Amino acid sequence: MKPTARAALAAGGAALAATLLLAGCGQGFEESPDDASSADALTSSSDPLTILFGSSGDAETKAVQDAVAAWSAQSGVQVTATPATNLNQELSQGFAAGSPPDLFYLSPDQIAAYAANGSIEAYGDQLTNKGDFHPSLVRNFTVDGKFYCAPKDFSTLALVINTDMWAEAGLTDADIPTTWEQLDAAAAKLTKGDRAGLAFDAQYQRVGAFTAQAGGRLVSADGTQAVADSPENLAGLEYVKKHLTDGTFAYSADLGAGWGGEAFGKELAAMAIEGNWITGALSADFPDVKYRVAQLPAGPAGQATLQYTNCWGMAADSPNQKAALELVEHLTGTEQQLAFSKAFGPMPSIQSAADRWRTDNPALVAFLDGAAYAQGLPTDVGATDVINDFNAQLESLKSGDPKQILTTVQGNLAPVVGG
Amino acid sequence: MTLAERAPRRAGKRRTRGSRRGEGTAGWLFTLPVVVILGLFLLVPVLMALWVSFSDWSGRGSPLAPGVGFIGLGNYGEILTEGGLATRNLGISMRNVGWYVLLVVPLQTALALFLAVLVNRAILRGRGVFRTAFYFPSVTSSVAITVLWLFLFSTTGVVNEVLSWVGIGGPNWFNDPRGIVHIGLSVFGVDSGPATMTGSDVLGVSWWDWLAGPSVGMSAFILMAIFTTSGTFMLLFIAALQNIGPELGEAGMMDGANAWQRFRRITLPQLRPTLFTVLTLGLIGCWQVFDQIYTGTQGAPGKTTMTPAYLSYQAAFADQKWGQGAAISFILFLIIVFFTLLQRLLLREKGGRS
Repeated sequence: MKPTARAALAAGGAALAATLLLAGCGQGFEESPDDASSADALTSSSDPLTILFGSSGDAETKAVQDAVAAWSAQSGVQVTATPATNLNQELSQGFAAGSPPDLFYLSPDQIAAYAANGSIEAYGDQLTNKGDFHPSLVRNFTVDGKFYCAPKDFSTLALVINTDMWAEAGLTDADIPTTWEQLDAAAAKLTKGDRAGLAFDAQYQRVGAFTAQAGGRLVSADGTQAVADSPENLAGLEYVKKHLTDGTFAYSADLGAGWGGEAFGKELAAMAIEGNWITGALSADFPDVKYRVAQLPAGPAGQATLQYTNCWGMAADSPNQKAALELVEHLTGTEQQLAFSKAFGPMPSIQSAADRWRTDNPALVAFLDGAAYAQGLPTDVGATDVINDFNAQLESLKSGDPKQILTTVQGNLAPVVGG
Repeated sequence: MTLAERAPRRAGKRRTRGSRRGEGTAGWLFTLPVVVILGLFLLVPVLMALWVSFSDWSGRGSPLAPGVGFIGLGNYGEILTEGGLATRNLGISMRNVGWYVLLVVPLQTALALFLAVLVNRAILRGRGVFRTAFYFPSVTSSVAITVLWLFLFSTTGVVNEVLSWVGIGGPNWFNDPRGIVHIGLSVFGVDSGPATMTGSDVLGVSWWDWLAGPSVGMSAFILMAIFTTSGTFMLLFIAALQNIGPELGEAGMMDGANAWQRFRRITLPQLRPTLFTVLTLGLIGCWQVFDQIYTGTQGAPGKTTMTPAYLSYQAAFADQKWGQGAAISFILFLIIVFFTLLQRLLLREKGGRS
């Protein structure tokens, strides 16, 4: 090797070493997660708080920022609330860099993974308004017996009915379905030409309402066992399959709509199964469609619906958890939640706000009634993958074999729940 | 690839010029900014990702922190051999992207060459207009084109409307998970595969499902890829065509070769280096397809548009399985390197024979 070549190699090596060093000094790479902090001792400092939230639109952004600003003025703690463009990704980056936001929206399907790697603080038991939250929501955010975070609000699924089509088909208030048989009858009467009686999305997040009404669950109530291949789930899927085949039910995608609300708004279907969010979408995009909201009918095992919620996650690495806790108590307080509900839709997660909410939203009480019998989706690490795979198979339920689908789901879910 | 090719040439030059000490140092000084930037933003992240793929890093704090353990091939084993959902997901995504590559690369190369030959003809009027028109999709953001595509191929969209004029009921494009090979077979009454094909599987996907073909939804993405990238490659072919002198073509004409013979025997062999570039770039781009999926379907319908690149992102950012996500991307890397080398070998061999 000639001298120049060697010098070149040495220079190259030095440059590489320098880059490695530079990278090594970058923020976050020398900090190791502090696992020693006990669950009960919250950190306290005068550091300002940062909040990251996934906003549904300008109304939510403004409402959250206003509420936070009001608390900041009153408490003297500086807070910045930033809407995320991609919440999961930004949150992951924050945790990896060791500088996560102090508070953030956290969905139940994410909580187990973040709890497992110690990213989030289990502060639920220290909330002064702990007893006020709906019990089903508290269960949704409890992992291994620890109540992790305060539910910020919630939504349930209900039956949305186009009242004009309802009247046109000769149906009256007495015909509002309370059982599967009555739903069959109403859907059959409302199906006309290209229009389906009932539309919903091809995913467990909607179809799961029927399996729940048949008494089925994916994970046993105590959370220890996968029970996807139960005869109850089979009954639910077969019921849906039967009506997808006879055309009285239809997947919104098959009607040419992006989701159930669009199918309903475009009048491609006379009824839809959707959550609270549909009311905002309808008044914004389809203001002329008249509708009413009813509770989902009861199946062979009684009434059931699915609930969707997020909580205020708190970072374990946050330097000022005491202030963050106070802010959460403020944001989940009765007045504040009613204000949020008015601004962007979802229902307050606390029972003390229920009565006021009923008076304020008489047309939507069916959603809140669902809270009594609502179930959440499984929250085990990896359950999202299983449900996505389930959804992929539900798309072809019409031509598929429900039993075969459930066997696959059981096979996928068992290792997730067991492990 | 190009770096490896250039390096020996550069070394050779230096040797012939002789070694003057000052020049080497100055040279390194000038390249230092790029070396540092490339190292910091390319080499270091790649090495760290490689480490993550062998570690049990959970996504909290630095992957180089003391608590992160080395688990060898654990992540690779989970997605390649364990046969669970992770394995099946990889199998499905490989199936999808395999069909995508198989259809997009040859078709886009052929179309690009065809367009280039058309546009390169001196007699064509308004060549500039055509060139711009064909190249236009390439300079448009893939996100914008994806959104456009979602509208065009929606159930009640323009494409189905046009199809209905000729009496064809268009499919429910982005919601149809059926593979087109399966659809073709079902026309002949074959609705399920033989037991030998459905009984055994690779990566959790049965042989019958491997042969399903791209789903109707994926086919729309395949059309989109051909539509957007052939313009770019057309430009490469035009540049190559313009470098070919008219002499050989004229000699061929004197010998009585017709237009097709002249193209096949004279023009095409001279395009071989460009063909290699186009095929390589096409191959790499296709295996890595991500942004259309991310903005368009996110893997739906029925996971048939899920690609390894999207699966890797999903595993890491949504499921917090960072090791698996990194492992998937390195498997993808190895596949791309393998196919590029293979293709280099194939094109070389032919060159030697002729």
